[in-house]
Amino acid sequence: MMLQPVIAPESPGTAPATPVLEVSNLTVEFPTRHGTLTAIDDVSMRIEPGEILGVVGESGAGKSITGLAVLGLLEAPGRIAGGEIHVAGRRVDTLSEEELTKVRGSEMGAIFQDPLTALNPLFSVGAQLVETIRLHTELNKEEARARALHLLREVGIPAPEERLKQFPHQFSGGMRQRVVIALALAAEPGLIIADEPTTALDVSIQAQITTLLRRLCKEHRTGIMLVTHDMGVIAETADRVAVMYSGRVVETGRVEDVIHAPQHPYTKGLMAAIPSLHDRVETLTQIDGSMPRLNTRPSGCAFNPRCPVAGPRCRRDRPELVAAGPNRAACFLHDGGTQ
Amino acid sequence: MTAPDAILSVDHVSKEFDVSAPWLNRVIERKPRLFVKAVNDVSFSIPRGSCFSIVGESGCGKSTVARLVTGLYSTSGGEIRFGPGTAGRPVRVQMIFQDPQSSLNPRWRAGDIIAEPIREMKLRKTEDETRDRVEDLLRIVGLAADDSAKFPHEFSGGQRQRISIARALASEPELLVCDEPTSALDVSVQAQILNLMRRLQKELGLTYLFISHDLSVVRHMSDTIAVMYLGRIVEMAPAEDLFTAPQHPYSQLLLGTIPDIHAPNRDRDLQAGEPPSPLNPPPGCTFHPRCPLADTRCSREAPALREHGRATVSCHAVEEGRTAAPERSHA
Repeated sequence: MMLQPVIAPESPGTAPATPVLEVSNLTVEFPTRHGTLTAIDDVSMRIEPGEILGVVGESGAGKSITGLAVLGLLEAPGRIAGGEIHVAGRRVDTLSEEELTKVRGSEMGAIFQDPLTALNPLFSVGAQLVETIRLHTELNKEEARARALHLLREVGIPAPEERLKQFPHQFSGGMRQRVVIALALAAEPGLIIADEPTTALDVSIQAQITTLLRRLCKEHRTGIMLVTHDMGVIAETADRVAVMYSGRVVETGRVEDVIHAPQHPYTKGLMAAIPSLHDRVETLTQIDGSMPRLNTRPSGCAFNPRCPVAGPRCRRDRPELVAAGPNRAACFLHDGGTQ
Repeated sequence: MTAPDAILSVDHVSKEFDVSAPWLNRVIERKPRLFVKAVNDVSFSIPRGSCFSIVGESGCGKSTVARLVTGLYSTSGGEIRFGPGTAGRPVRVQMIFQDPQSSLNPRWRAGDIIAEPIREMKLRKTEDETRDRVEDLLRIVGLAADDSAKFPHEFSGGQRQRISIARALASEPELLVCDEPTSALDVSVQAQILNLMRRLQKELGLTYLFISHDLSVVRHMSDTIAVMYLGRIVEMAPAEDLFTAPQHPYSQLLLGTIPDIHAPNRDRDLQAGEPPSPLNPPPGCTFHPRCPLADTRCSREAPALREHGRATVSCHAVEEGRTAAPERSHA
């Protein structure tokens, strides 16, 4: 069966719809004994209803911290040092813990990497679903149970009546991740933060989960922030992508454009470093070195020590996101040259 | 199926693990003994100087094969034979593990980690010669000679994997068993390590047994690929053939589901099903519950590996020419 072509997200000009997530100039800091480390440095992004934004980057790029900051789950001493986060038009970064607890789950759901640690091993899957549903809705026990059944069916778990009574250890990895997705959907939130949802799964199961996420996103008009290191998953799942490097968004654009016409030297290198399935090359393009640690981040553009085209200006000033071909990139190549 | 210049031949090797309940539980609760056949009748041989890869999903037995070859596990049946080594000595085998964080001793300096096999096997006479050799090895893998005084935590993930490779090379091996060597690394660093491994293979004439779940990495590295499913090899073919014309339905499923950044297949049909538990594998062909081509014969009779062109496939459907059966989505 062929599915409908992907619905393109409405451009901000034509649709007055409030974005499900709007992050503007977010800065996250971790004060330590050796000084304050800036994990996220002036990051902005927005997600429209029914849109999947892929946030991709290598470990330490700050992609998970961005997700956690939106959820209000930053662990101390991490703190939001600047910027604003709006979920469905409501500012959430200033809410108290109590208010935040109400928003979390009802307006934003979360899916984490390891479904085994996200579920309580001591309670049946049904009990956990019913608890979550009743916490966020007015449903009574019977209705909540019916909704739990409906959710399990929706995420494609066979024989949901029997599965409700079972415990997490009786589920396989892929089925467990489906349960976690059902939990995230329990209160029909407008925004789901999915942090490496398929990383712990095998490829054939991974494809099932990404297809499921895409279907749910399009059917419920849920906005999804898909945080992953796997460009393949982004290519298959996301509508738009934000490439992060060392706490900054270095390139953003529609997924096809970023993959086929990357504009930032880092994105270009990243794309060329992925071995192709179609033809075999003698040596892969490699980006020498590795991402700087937070305490040794160079001045100017954080990528300049590894960049093949860096000039003196890259070591001096910090580039901002500007229009670059079909995308937006934070690179002086597109903003007046590197000299 | 042993090639004359094979550096390693694995012949009908099986490995069973005893996963029975403790003795007292078996006596009181009358629980039966339970065995998992992690590797079941696996045969292959690796020609000198080539790269042989095993792919499959978690639990298919690929890492067990690596551990059998290196002698970390003993076989339950079958035979593993090494070809003659160079200079009349036996073939030396070394292993590179997935996670350099846990495979390097955090209390040892990089130099000592690399020197250990040299000292242990008495490959150099004096401490000075050993130090020179360690510095050479560090340079070969792209690190600096003065890195030998640093501790593993002072290196990045990619550099740590370079130390693992240097240590593996220290004993001058001819066969390197690499168990997911780049799975713990980021893409840009993964490319560095893969390029390094290709260069070393050429310069030192190494033979690789490469274990990975990442098909694009395997495609980049291998000459021959074996696809494993539930402890058995279901298809073995030259890398080109496997990627252009996979024959076994499981190989087709695997290749169909991997995300391809250059040609994203975003609105595909769901490939249903998951690998069954190896504790209780289905009868007949173990893949038949998920197979779009399965018929009654597949559920009764286990297929044998047979040659089809340059590939070896274990599938009744391929053997009978039932490959043109309707696809699952239309069935």
